[in-house]
Amino acid sequence: MIFALKGKSLFNSLIDRIQHVGAATIHSFQRLGHASVFLLEVIASCTSLLTRPLLLVKQLHSVGVQTLIIIVVAGLFVGMVMALQSYYALIDFGAEDSVGVMVALSLMRELGPVITALLFAGRAGSALTAEIGLMKATEQLSGMEMMAVNPMQRIVAPRFLAGVISMPLLATIFSAVGIIGAYLVAVELLGLDSGAFWSQPQNKVDLYLDLYNGIIKSLVFGIVATWIAVFEGYDCIPTSEGLGQATTRTVVHSSLAILFLDFVLTALMFTK
Amino acid sequence: MSDILVKIRDLHFSRGNRKIFDGLSMDIPRQGITAIMGPSGTGKTTLLKLIGGQLTPDQGSIEVDGLNVHQLSTGKLFDLRQRMGMLFQSGALLTDLSVFENVAYPLREHTKLSEAMIRYMVLLKLNAVGLRGAAEMMPSELSGGMSRRVALARAIALDPMMIMYDEPFTGQDPISMGVLVSLISELNNALNICSIVVSHDVPDTLSISDTVHFISAGKVVESGSPETLRNSQSEWTHQFIHGDADGPVPFHFPADPIKDDLYR
Repeated sequence: MIFALKGKSLFNSLIDRIQHVGAATIHSFQRLGHASVFLLEVIASCTSLLTRPLLLVKQLHSVGVQTLIIIVVAGLFVGMVMALQSYYALIDFGAEDSVGVMVALSLMRELGPVITALLFAGRAGSALTAEIGLMKATEQLSGMEMMAVNPMQRIVAPRFLAGVISMPLLATIFSAVGIIGAYLVAVELLGLDSGAFWSQPQNKVDLYLDLYNGIIKSLVFGIVATWIAVFEGYDCIPTSEGLGQATTRTVVHSSLAILFLDFVLTALMFTK
Repeated sequence: MSDILVKIRDLHFSRGNRKIFDGLSMDIPRQGITAIMGPSGTGKTTLLKLIGGQLTPDQGSIEVDGLNVHQLSTGKLFDLRQRMGMLFQSGALLTDLSVFENVAYPLREHTKLSEAMIRYMVLLKLNAVGLRGAAEMMPSELSGGMSRRVALARAIALDPMMIMYDEPFTGQDPISMGVLVSLISELNNALNICSIVVSHDVPDTLSISDTVHFISAGKVVESGSPETLRNSQSEWTHQFIHGDADGPVPFHFPADPIKDDLYR
């Protein structure tokens, strides 16, 4: 009798867990569908910026220019560290002249777009979610709707487009500053020949394969990170707790999506 | 032109499993102040959002000026909203714009007026709410009452045919409350429009209203002039107007008998 009861409660608990997983999965797919429709609406709303370019310029400053400082500082240090590490590894094989090309390729193909996107999600993405979420919590978005102004056009679209435009530019600046950082360490500090440092990248870096693919990657990361940020803000529960959760989700989901997409894009772009 | 501006018929609306409106019907006249009153959580704000087309009912219809709000295309709905003003409980001012720019916002969005004309109109609207001197201030520098007055100036910027007030008196000190009460009344008389005031503040709301609808449990409990409702024989209306702790709206939230709970 006791065994039968225990068996039944175990069965019920198992069913509960399966139901829980099922409900969570359905909820995730519903949210993904909702987010996809939202993305289409945002893209359609971007056309309204043709008549109000100032809204975009303001957001380019807020999303792009204000993220610049963290990108430049991070790029400089990443380049310096890479030069140091690759110099110590390559000098054993007498290949220290390849430090320049190694740093340049790593930055342009991978680290530039990826680290920039991660920093962008942390700095600009979280700020976008918090800003839009707070506008929702303080009824500013509802207020705009009641003034017959579409918040998708006036609030979401300029922020989305600013993020998409800023990301490739920021990633390019990150890579450029990283290479300068590597130059400072390798040539000025460790005494590597300046000609060797610059000539190898000149020969080995391919405009299409390396530079353009890096820019495409950063563009994709920009679309995804900004999409997640504006969606989470617009869709958040308008309470302090809901806003906090939405901001956290923006950083976590963006970071994971960026790393996953980096693998997919690398596999597609650099397969031999 | 019909005397009825807002016609609500058999309105049903739920949030999750919770039924907010269960067959609510109501007429709101084209002129005068109509108050919609009821206890917290009865869906008064939800009703304003349904009238404004921000929410869609499960069943029933809402007509504003002869147009079925929920069958309009987005463009037509936005056209209708230009003729509606709404004062949110928080004011809902755009925090990155000054008081002047907040009031100018709907004018800049929907008209092609010159800068000089916009300035002229904004200052007139701000003067009407007594805040012309605060034009250059930012929303963060305003008190709650001032924010609502600025929001009121913004709501009348496009000279709407109706203004919906969502809990305009909540959290106000007596002076701000007095200012808002007289502003709502004076603006309604001066503009000769339809004002819908959602509130649970009995004395002040009844003092300025022409018609009052009491709603509870998803339906209209009683309607009439303030005087009629003050003399109403309905126990519910009596409890609400006098703020009795117990009555048709029970003091205790439904629960098992206390003995069962304590000695379980």
